[in-house]
Amino acid sequence: MLLNGVRKAAIATGRGGGGMEMVSTMAVSLRESLQQVSDPRNLDASVDEVFRLMLGVDCRRDGAPAGLIDREPESVTAVVGFGGLLSGACVFTSGRAAALKIAGHMTGMEFAEIDDTVKDGIGEICNMLAGAWKGKVPELAANCGLSVPAVITGRDYKLHVQAPEFQLHHLYRFEASQFAVTIVCDGLQ
Amino acid sequence: MSEIRTLIVDDSSVMRKIVERSLRQAGLDPLVVYEAGSGIEGLDVLRAKPVDLILSDINMPSMDGLEFLRQIRAQNLAPGVPVVMITTESSEEHVKQAIMAGAQGYIRKPFTAEQVKERVLPLVHAA
Repeated sequence: MLLNGVRKAAIATGRGGGGMEMVSTMAVSLRESLQQVSDPRNLDASVDEVFRLMLGVDCRRDGAPAGLIDREPESVTAVVGFGGLLSGACVFTSGRAAALKIAGHMTGMEFAEIDDTVKDGIGEICNMLAGAWKGKVPELAANCGLSVPAVITGRDYKLHVQAPEFQLHHLYRFEASQFAVTIVCDGLQ
Repeated sequence: MSEIRTLIVDDSSVMRKIVERSLRQAGLDPLVVYEAGSGIEGLDVLRAKPVDLILSDINMPSMDGLEFLRQIRAQNLAPGVPVVMITTESSEEHVKQAIMAGAQGYIRKPFTAEQVKERVLPLVHAA
């Protein structure tokens, strides 16, 4: 439902900019540039940009399994939907420790629990990651809308998407904490 | 310098704090900040208080930043006050929409305090 709303909004924007013909022309060009859209370096560059500029920290790809996140008593997941020429979502997942640190860097405050401010901050990180990622491909920047972030907290939940067009799932590490960013594309026009 | 009364409109309270901090780092001082969590709240603030600068997100529930901007102009609220959009949307089309709706500046998230300084200070000084 959430993603569908974004999809309609983005397509409506496309109509305003030049009619349905533009949407169908752009769709062909986007499918043809699938390799560029799914380039994993775009995700790494987006993560680096957001964390360096907004948090003032460097983070790097982590080749280790997601053990740190799984061992945490609680995790936070933020989801921002894509709609328009590409439908899907950007998903940010971290354990409690990383979420508290990220919110701390963003606000200059210290947090002891995952409260509304921490959830708000993680949602914004996901929003900026989604925006930065789609901004790397001009066709996506102009013809793909973003939903407002949804944030889930808890434990022992899994994200499952049936037969995505493509999926990028990268782990990153900063200050001994780990987080994961996933781009799921379940439709490409 | 007299105080700079600034309205920051963003559905994220964390982003409002970050924008405020960036304005202070950019040298806007003394700064008085009014916060609003949506375009509707932003219009309420403008009806009640005079401001010198408006910064607004675009992608917000209930009333997005572009509609907020159109309403400011349509209702003649804050005439002559510069409006800067701060958003994750970065395409030329989005910038064009914001300028058409009456924005004087555009900052893409993520941003640095230096970028805020470059885009906002000239507008404040010119106003």
